Amino acid sequence: MSLLEIKDLRVRVDEREILKGINLSINPGEIHSIMGPNGSGKSTLSQVLARRETYEVTGGEVLFNGKNLLDMKAEEAACEGLFLAFQYPVEIPGISNAYFLRSALNAIRKYRGEDEMDAMDFLPLMREKLKLLNMDEKLMNRSVNESFSGGEKKRNEILQMAVLQPKLAILDETDSGLDIDALRIVAQGVNTMRSPDRAILVVTHYQRLLDYIVPDRVHVLVDGRIVRSGGPELALELEDKGYGTETGARSASATPA
Amino acid sequence: MSSNTDTIRELAQQEYKWGFVTDINEDRAPKGLNEDIIRFISAKKNEPDFMLQWRLKAYRHWVTLQQSDAEPKWANIKYPPIDYQNIVYYSAPKQKPSLKNLDELDPEIRRTYEKLGIPLEEQKMLAGVAVDAVFDSVSVATTFKAKLGEAGVIFCSFSEAVQKHPDLVKKYLGSVVPYTDNFFATLNAAVFTDGSFVYVPKGVRCPMELSTYFRINAAETGQFERTLIVADEGASVSYLEGCTAPIRDENQLHAAVVELIALDDAQIKYSTVQNWYPGDKNGKGGIYNFVTKRGKCLGRNSKISWTQVETGSAITWKYPSCILQGDNSIGEFYSVALTNNYQQADTGTKMIHLGKNTRSTIVSKGISAGHGQNTYRGEVKILKDAVDARNYTQCDSLLIGDKCGAHTFPYIEVKNSTARMEHEASTSKIGEDQLFYLRQRGLKAEDAVSMIVNGFCKRVFRELPMEFAVEAQKLLSVSLEGSVG
Repeated sequence: MSLLEIKDLRVRVDEREILKGINLSINPGEIHSIMGPNGSGKSTLSQVLARRETYEVTGGEVLFNGKNLLDMKAEEAACEGLFLAFQYPVEIPGISNAYFLRSALNAIRKYRGEDEMDAMDFLPLMREKLKLLNMDEKLMNRSVNESFSGGEKKRNEILQMAVLQPKLAILDETDSGLDIDALRIVAQGVNTMRSPDRAILVVTHYQRLLDYIVPDRVHVLVDGRIVRSGGPELALELEDKGYGTETGARSASATPA
Repeated sequence: MSSNTDTIRELAQQEYKWGFVTDINEDRAPKGLNEDIIRFISAKKNEPDFMLQWRLKAYRHWVTLQQSDAEPKWANIKYPPIDYQNIVYYSAPKQKPSLKNLDELDPEIRRTYEKLGIPLEEQKMLAGVAVDAVFDSVSVATTFKAKLGEAGVIFCSFSEAVQKHPDLVKKYLGSVVPYTDNFFATLNAAVFTDGSFVYVPKGVRCPMELSTYFRINAAETGQFERTLIVADEGASVSYLEGCTAPIRDENQLHAAVVELIALDDAQIKYSTVQNWYPGDKNGKGGIYNFVTKRGKCLGRNSKISWTQVETGSAITWKYPSCILQGDNSIGEFYSVALTNNYQQADTGTKMIHLGKNTRSTIVSKGISAGHGQNTYRGEVKILKDAVDARNYTQCDSLLIGDKCGAHTFPYIEVKNSTARMEHEASTSKIGEDQLFYLRQRGLKAEDAVSMIVNGFCKRVFRELPMEFAVEAQKLLSVSLEGSVG
């Protein structure tokens, strides 16, 4: 059974149809990538799957682990094992990163009927994951994402993913704003998360992240529809030829958005 | 966003948990206010003549204030006229005239405090906190008196202080808030029935936190307590105050006065967690809280610090202030005020710099939810002899939902050119993006709101004594329940 099954998903924002019938199936253990030009609906898809309520689903069905994802609230989807690494991580002033992460972990554990983890048990877990991402422990005592650099914010997202151990991780433009060293560290972190019972969906504008996180399948999203699917070689082809002139989209190697 | 707003609304509709009534015999005065009532109160308390005369002067002054319609109208709050003749000014639980020890306390009252989580048995008390419990108009119990006595610290009810330490009372009563100060302070001076009294002698560091727990129980009564704290040269004390009241449909008036005096090198830290009944979700009932709190840094190098967490009351009108008279003295004000449903708060501080090299810090965090209206009103005054005075003010407002309001009225008056003033202010809304981020990590909407609000208030909570900080966080979450998503 696939972990994520999207059938004919249609989504509207302010009267405008953004997703015009998406079909996609992801099995446990697979890494998929969705590539596409700006405005093609990539971020909308990520956010709808994470159950942001500002989008209006007008048709279709999404099954996550056999359950109706579109019936879930954001926190339910999270507790069921869906994780979104944000393109623009949000700042929460006055709340330490460590406290936030432990609260999130405990909310999920509670949902699953597991015991909550106290600060003493949490500390070694957090340290182990920090090391993985080459992050300074001091970041854990600072307020969530407040005055973090762009790279620190993105690494912090992957750290959260590593602690929360989701079934499906969606990385929304995780490579944007990263220099090459940070990109490598983030990709390494993601790669250690590869496992036969976890799937990862990498949403990106550029091919370069896929040099480090090699996908099993690549899908091209243009104007709210998946127009092509293929293996990792498709990403390289797009890098070369762009998303195609017939759509009027810009080349994939255009200047950063 | 619509469902976010719904959750905010639901959070805001959490019920008040301290609203029970204790069934007890009361000794009460007839409704209304006149000179006979003043004499009745004074006689009930067996006061010396100087107290009665002071009360009568205050009462006569108040009558002129009322005739000239001097009830303050400048605050950003709305309420129907208060009928001062329809209030009971004295209500006390009937009990033996004086308790020899806590075992003689009426078991019903003891149970009330237990229900509130304030055990009066000393052995059960959190280590290091002495409690004075004020029930309606009178103090019913003060714990740890003996231990404090060894250190020379006087901690007792105001009534007892009038009997046992009349010289101290006479010397300091009204020295910071004179009976002519304002309409409500004048009313308090005339009719106040009890409160706490603290005197910390020279060079003594009070060995434990002192705490007063105020409880309004009786219907149709007003509560008018008066607290006086004096820290002599080199002394220091930390004092906590908590308050609750039963749920009643009619509004009840609470008009308290607190005076603090710090002599040379003395320090007073005064913390409040105010949780009077706020009224129901439609704005019916609730306490009208008109309070005058002021501290005087009389001596050199003295320091007075106010920390308040205001979550209760239908109306809060309160400006804990500092008069920085001694050179190098320091005044601080840290405040969290939350208004939910139809609550209104107009609160802030005054920092009056008189001495040289005086410093003041103001950190105010206002949170509005539901239809709540929250106003910060602050005055910083640097007088002409206050050389090198400094003030830092930070004033932040957080809005939850789209029907509430936040208002800010800072007044700054500088008469000495060496002064340095800083003022920072911000207004923000709990963003849908913040909520979505936290919920995407598995937190329920109400826990997400509570986390954002607690983060917002952190700078103030840091100033509270440990147990109080935890309680304040919980209280904030409860007060917000029904408010987000």
